[in-house]
Amino acid sequence: MELNRFQISEIAIEPDKLRLELQSEIAGAYTSFEGWVRNHNEGASVQALEYSAYKVLAEKEGDRIIAEALDRFEIAGAAAIHRIGLLDIGDVAVWVGASSAHRGPAFDGCRYIIDEIKDRVPIWKRESYEHGPDQWVNCAKGSLA
Amino acid sequence: MKLTIEYYAVLKEQRGCSSEFLETSASTPAELYDELKARHGLSLDRSTLKVAVNEEFAEWDQPLKDGDTAVFIPPVAGG
Repeated sequence: MELNRFQISEIAIEPDKLRLELQSEIAGAYTSFEGWVRNHNEGASVQALEYSAYKVLAEKEGDRIIAEALDRFEIAGAAAIHRIGLLDIGDVAVWVGASSAHRGPAFDGCRYIIDEIKDRVPIWKRESYEHGPDQWVNCAKGSLA
Repeated sequence: MKLTIEYYAVLKEQRGCSSEFLETSASTPAELYDELKARHGLSLDRSTLKVAVNEEFAEWDQPLKDGDTAVFIPPVAGG
């Protein structure tokens, strides 16, 4: 992981290792967010899940989001990683970390980064269900999501 | 004009390939998507998509140039 960068990863995310990269002498606070694969979505039982990304643009846009967070909040450092490929229930799909002198900016920066990732970064999720055909989340016909 | 189109996610599935070279008279991403949607029966309306040209977000009405690569971006679902 590179500090102050966003990365798409084809291998498992290990939050315990990632947090070490954000440690610094000026940081008195660290917050992280982990998005996990859960076994249900909108009432349907999810059996498996695949993320894919437009990697080049995803990493560019993710880097911009982290730069914005560094600009807006008094954070010392931040980073984020999103998994792609086939994931199992319970796997870490996305990790965001932010450190700062005090806790407020670390919380705010972390929240900003995950919210913007979900809104802007070209990553897609294909869910397989116990009942019914696979579906690309947010991409049903006519979707305005 | 010859363009490269890359497909991702639901559009890749519907088109049946991840990229193609295309000779087209479409002069903007909007015209290009309308052409591809009609030809391949793509389900997503243009209003739900974003577009990227040469690996950067682009406007629907910006002029396309020979050799450009266009990517249509379905509604995202990261996180």
